[in-house]
Amino acid sequence: MEEAILRVFRGDSNGGEERIYRVPLKPGMVVLDAIHYIQAHYDADLAVRWNCKAARCGSCSAEVNGRPRLMCKTRLDEFRGTDVRVYPLKTFPLIKDLVTDVSWNYQVARQIPPFTHKEPEGKPFIVHQVDVERAQEFHKCIECFLCQNVCHVLRDHEGQSAYFGPRSMVKIASLEMHPKDVLDRTGLLREKGGIAYCNITKCCEDLCPEEIHITDNAIIPLKERVADKYYDPLRALLRSLAPSRRREEST
Amino acid sequence: MEQYEIFEHDVLVIGAGGAGLRAAIAAAEAGLTVGLVCKSLLGKAHTVMAEGGIAAALGGVDPQDNWQVHFADTMRGGQFINDWRMAEIHAKEAPERVLELERWGALFDRTPEGKILQRPFGAHTYRRLSHVGDRTGLEMIRTLQDRAIQAGIDVYPEVTTTALLKDGARIAGAFGYRRETGRFILFPAKAVILATGGWGRIWQVTSNSWESTGDGAAMAYEVGADLRDVEMMQVHPTGMVWPPGVRGLLVTEAVRGEGGVLRNSQGERFMLRYDPQKKDLSSRDVVARAINQEVLEGRGSPHGGAFLDVTPLGADRIRQKLPNMYDQYLKLADIDITKVPMEVAPTVHYAMGGLRVEPESGATTVPGLYAAGEVASGLHGANRLGGNSLSDLVVFGKRAGECAATYSRDLPATLQVPRDVVEAEIVRVLAPFERDGNENPFLLHEELQATMQERASIIRTGEGLQKALEKILELKERSRRTRITGSRMYNPGWHMTIDLDCMLTLSEAVVRAAIARRESRGAHYRLDHPNKDPEFGKLNIIARKSRGEMTITTVPVPPMPEELARLFT
Repeated sequence: MEEAILRVFRGDSNGGEERIYRVPLKPGMVVLDAIHYIQAHYDADLAVRWNCKAARCGSCSAEVNGRPRLMCKTRLDEFRGTDVRVYPLKTFPLIKDLVTDVSWNYQVARQIPPFTHKEPEGKPFIVHQVDVERAQEFHKCIECFLCQNVCHVLRDHEGQSAYFGPRSMVKIASLEMHPKDVLDRTGLLREKGGIAYCNITKCCEDLCPEEIHITDNAIIPLKERVADKYYDPLRALLRSLAPSRRREEST
Repeated sequence: MEQYEIFEHDVLVIGAGGAGLRAAIAAAEAGLTVGLVCKSLLGKAHTVMAEGGIAAALGGVDPQDNWQVHFADTMRGGQFINDWRMAEIHAKEAPERVLELERWGALFDRTPEGKILQRPFGAHTYRRLSHVGDRTGLEMIRTLQDRAIQAGIDVYPEVTTTALLKDGARIAGAFGYRRETGRFILFPAKAVILATGGWGRIWQVTSNSWESTGDGAAMAYEVGADLRDVEMMQVHPTGMVWPPGVRGLLVTEAVRGEGGVLRNSQGERFMLRYDPQKKDLSSRDVVARAINQEVLEGRGSPHGGAFLDVTPLGADRIRQKLPNMYDQYLKLADIDITKVPMEVAPTVHYAMGGLRVEPESGATTVPGLYAAGEVASGLHGANRLGGNSLSDLVVFGKRAGECAATYSRDLPATLQVPRDVVEAEIVRVLAPFERDGNENPFLLHEELQATMQERASIIRTGEGLQKALEKILELKERSRRTRITGSRMYNPGWHMTIDLDCMLTLSEAVVRAAIARRESRGAHYRLDHPNKDPEFGKLNIIARKSRGEMTITTVPVPPMPEELARLFT
């Protein structure tokens, strides 16, 4: 029977090593199937996070031959003739084997002011498809955190205290572009959110499994809003004369 | 003795899918302290996989729709062994809950007038399912998750609960461990809400995620709660068939809702024969058995299923309304569904049966223990209509949260968690590290799945079920000899020993209940009793732990009041 050779990282915060496993191939098999085979037949304590195995939940993120991907969506037949290296996400602290501590992302999420509207009670919203579609794109996010993992601000410069990262930019964009939202989050974006740190290399957009245009549709328009609000000289002058109260401020 | 952390809350919610999140929000908004235990990370629960939509008689696209029609559709779908009061509450309150989601930020697809769009679905009289393409569950869980983190709820991600604890007859909390460290946690709480979902993982071909192992139902059974009608397991007609790695993965009913049709290998639209009126959108049990029958009679697709053709819709519409299905087939099966038909076959999908609850409150038969969502039973009877599960989560999640909060607030006594029970639980859970044995929990699970698939799935017989029961009892015995190596840190093998115990309990209950129901009704089809029996139509089957053994009894289905019964004449 045809086999795949997997080189899987095994270890924890004290260090680890690559271990080699041979797994019989079945048609259409994905990396996560191979990991399950290893658990059932070789090492029951191989740690992996997964839920749906259908690319809906965003749990099984890992680095496969160096590229951050969902293991449930990565076919083994892509790698015919080469070994398949499976490593944990590099940006987040390692817990064990393929499982990392992604709790920072949830801490950031708590700092984003929620959807806020001023519609009258008891009346269904009237909004048009063309107006919801913009934000719907961002609602596709499955929180796999691959974008956070690949963002060089977070990955190489340990910028977690300075920049919220692409996932959070998508979240903020989803709220800012919700047709009924009334908050203004540009202050947050400029200060704690650190949107200026993104220099638009589009690495995140390139590997989003939901194909969200993270940079083009979320980050750049948000950067424009920040620039508009804080760096437009005419508006700065008008603001100093008559502070706008139309939108509520939030930082 | 082993140390453990202690976190006390007024209300403890176990399970963080749609029902658990909605319950936690309700209890927190009532002003109580709430703990929310997630088996996985927050926002990853099985609800994210729901695709087609949430059913509610908003009447936005079909103004004739109202709660009575939704109620009647639900009762007919459930073949009248549903709890009528749950079906009534559900039909009346679902529209409010959908509008509430919208006010919390959910963005449903719209009609040309800017209202919430509703799509047709199997056995719903009118277009009734509010949706977001084919990822409605994700929209719902994210909306509720955002609301929950703002409500001051304490979230415990990746914590596995292993037991419910009682003080005398009352619930007093739960016990479990953190997967990251393997360290134990005690959660004292006057009220516990179970929102732990179903148990589809006991079958081989299932659309369910790894979490659906019946933990909540099994823990509740252990402390004396009643399981009702667990023989009723929905087999969804359309799951992926090929390649083997994705067998069982769900193909949403929205494919047929949007106009997709089923054909056999001869190109025949066979549903015209099985249900000339509702055709491809007949109820799920009917469509699943029809596909099964076509395969048995030699008219199946190459990998043992049927063809589901959506190509006439055109590529643009398919990509807009069914983006996940398009992507799923393209990436996982190398099939472009805008050009060629999909291959589909039935897949185990949803537990209609579950904990017996009071319709108004979600209270189980154990004081202080509540249940909502798939783990509870009553709303769906013998067959669930598509879209009714998402509305179930928010309607009954909210009610369970409110009622558990009231119960917790009004309970004067302080409860004690018996120390010896906790210590015995620690010994039980750690046993696989200590004992002699050579059984592999993953392989035992595979044997269980094979048995349930062969003997307790879409077609059942008394004889086959008896054999399944013998096999389950054998596996139970062998599960006491599972042995685990490695540390307690994030150890999936260890976790599987605990899941396996739950799955064996549920399998035994499913099979014993299926033996007891000597008729065919909804999802439960007995080749040796192929017809409906009006006597069984008046009964719910109950599985209960009594003197350490599982016993099966029946209770009468509550009769409908006159004014509701009139809807069916």
